[in-house]
Amino acid sequence: MANMAMEKVPMPERDPKERAKCFEEVSTGYTAAMAQEEATRCLGCKNMPCVNGCPVGVKIPDFIVKIASGDFEGAYDTITMTNSLPAICGRVCPQESQCEGKCIRGIKGEPVGIGRLERFAADYMRTNGKKKVDAPAKNGHKVAIVGGGPAGLTCAGDLAKIGYDVTIFEAFQVAGGVLMYGIPEFRLPKQIVQEEISNLKDLGVNIKTDMVIGKVLSIDELMEDGFEAVFVGSGAGLPRFMNIPGEALVGVCSANEYLTRINLMKGYLDEYDTPVIRSKSVAVVGGGNVAMDAARSALRMGAEHVYIVYRRSEAEMPARVEEVHHAKQEGVEFLNLNNPVEIIGDENGRVCGMKCIRMELGEPDESGRRRPIAIPDSEYVLDVDTVIMSIGTSPNPLIRSTTSGLEANRRGCLVVNEDTMATTKDGVYAGGDAVTGAATVILAMGAGKKAAASIDEYIKSK
Amino acid sequence: MFPIIEKTVLNQDVVKIKVSAPLIAKKAFPGQFIIFRVDEYGERVPLTIADYDREEGNITLIFQLVGNSTRKLASLNVGDAILDLVGPLGVPTEVPDDVKSVCVIGGGVGCAIAYPQAKHLFNEGIEVDVIAGFRNKDIVILEDEFKAASTNFYICTDDGSYGIKGLVTAVLQEKIDSGKKYDMVIAIGPIPMMKFVCKTTEPYGIKTIVSLNPIMIDGTGMCGGCRVTVGGEIKYACVDGPDFDGHKVDFNELMRRNGTYREQEHECRMMKQAVK
Repeated sequence: MANMAMEKVPMPERDPKERAKCFEEVSTGYTAAMAQEEATRCLGCKNMPCVNGCPVGVKIPDFIVKIASGDFEGAYDTITMTNSLPAICGRVCPQESQCEGKCIRGIKGEPVGIGRLERFAADYMRTNGKKKVDAPAKNGHKVAIVGGGPAGLTCAGDLAKIGYDVTIFEAFQVAGGVLMYGIPEFRLPKQIVQEEISNLKDLGVNIKTDMVIGKVLSIDELMEDGFEAVFVGSGAGLPRFMNIPGEALVGVCSANEYLTRINLMKGYLDEYDTPVIRSKSVAVVGGGNVAMDAARSALRMGAEHVYIVYRRSEAEMPARVEEVHHAKQEGVEFLNLNNPVEIIGDENGRVCGMKCIRMELGEPDESGRRRPIAIPDSEYVLDVDTVIMSIGTSPNPLIRSTTSGLEANRRGCLVVNEDTMATTKDGVYAGGDAVTGAATVILAMGAGKKAAASIDEYIKSK
Repeated sequence: MFPIIEKTVLNQDVVKIKVSAPLIAKKAFPGQFIIFRVDEYGERVPLTIADYDREEGNITLIFQLVGNSTRKLASLNVGDAILDLVGPLGVPTEVPDDVKSVCVIGGGVGCAIAYPQAKHLFNEGIEVDVIAGFRNKDIVILEDEFKAASTNFYICTDDGSYGIKGLVTAVLQEKIDSGKKYDMVIAIGPIPMMKFVCKTTEPYGIKTIVSLNPIMIDGTGMCGGCRVTVGGEIKYACVDGPDFDGHKVDFNELMRRNGTYREQEHECRMMKQAVK
């Protein structure tokens, strides 16, 4: 008989007041006893709806039953059959709209804490005798991966496991992509990202950093160089701005810039040279996960007030429920149904306020969400000295502008066959934000996985 | 790691290094830049490529000691290596085929970037006049190199301690007034200099290209730190530039935004000096 508790075993967390001042991880993870207890809430459904909700098809009931029985290593092995980055997914996947969203237990009560259990299994194996994996025998075929983010790492891992000689070309000084530059330390410790990447290196994956493909080498040159297929996972591109007056004032930046300074360039640590804007009062514009990350980072960097300024209501927010909850606990102030119309500067050209207008919701728009409409004459000035724009990105132009035969749509996203992730250029596959525009880590991983299977088929059939 | 194979101190504030970077050297063109990171704790800083040797597989960087990172870079010697070097980034300078006569203007350390432009154009058989401006005689750099890569070479100093006394814009104005026809002007130097060169050429409709050096982190079109307003639109120096039509650039905005972290950089330096 399954454990019929209506709620998940609570996740241990640092006190909100304490954690809002430091970059230590917010959620500290289940103990073995907590994990085993939560695991017994799984009904082990035969048709496994949760697995259908997972972009990388983790065999969820199988690993959970192993946790329940105390076979943590077995659980880890089950997860890593299909997911090369479990410690990361367990922390940053939007489980509520994926596996847990499909969980039968969620109909009446809370779903099984699948993400927390995945994280537990991965963390358990990280700290308790991780097995050293031997690199599989090479099959003699070379594949190049452009971009070391979640899509590229997943594609690389899947191909390396079946013997391909895989090289990742990463533009930054370290692989990881958004896992390193975007998602903050308090949500995803960088040490964990690097450990997962080091698991891939154990599988034989080569990583070349400081390599901007499209500049130092073209995709055509990679193929001339003996790479039989190329996967492009070059990620998010140019940050969007609102095109309102005042966006060029000192004190306005994109969330990408703000987070990169803090995360990748470790601007929060004294020993690093990276400067970060010092703020008393910050407006973060947007309602996604990146906006929550920027807002919570701003608190930790010492801001007294941090506002989320979002033009729709909380129900429409694209951010994970947990991130919104954590942000509120830590003291981020939510100004939903508000939209910036102008950023105001002082005589030195520095931000000293942001004029906003109040909004209300009208009929649903093409996204299915209710369209926000400005309420006439409701403008007011919010007292802020920093504005962080977090309203999305458009894909990176470097690859499409330097590779012949690679088609992009009018938004600049690479065009792929969604079943195979094949681009319009023979032997070139793509996935992640480069194809979809800003999306989630796990969707990028799903695309990388699909592409790996297609690349294997493509090379074998040559 | 990218080993330094040659180092020359050009003046009290300007250092020239040759770095082994075969892949970058193979692809570099005038107008492009690299991003360096000296060590684990360093910033990512963009520097325009001053020269490259495809056969030898090295690039030359000439830089002024302005902040902590350039000081760190200057502290490296032959045999040391730079931890990270990424490039060649940005779009190479475009010179239309019908351009026959160009005036290349460099100001201070900007001459380091103006030089490869002059050399490249001169080697292409284009008539190249170079106007190089410095604060005073002590900081003159690349004089011989410029002489070898130009049709006419004019040097001026603010205080008259060397060459013509006055600003580069005065020399340019005089050339234009004396009937000299330039198809294009390339101006590289401090923002005020570029701004006033553009003001000088604008009434005559002479196409003027400037090379901008805004705040930047990744250099590949991700962070948006390097955005500049050109012709009323947001442009990104890393992927759209760093060259832009100078008559359309909002220089005042660029100057302001480049000062974003000045106080912190100053404090950082003071703190580090205090520790020593």
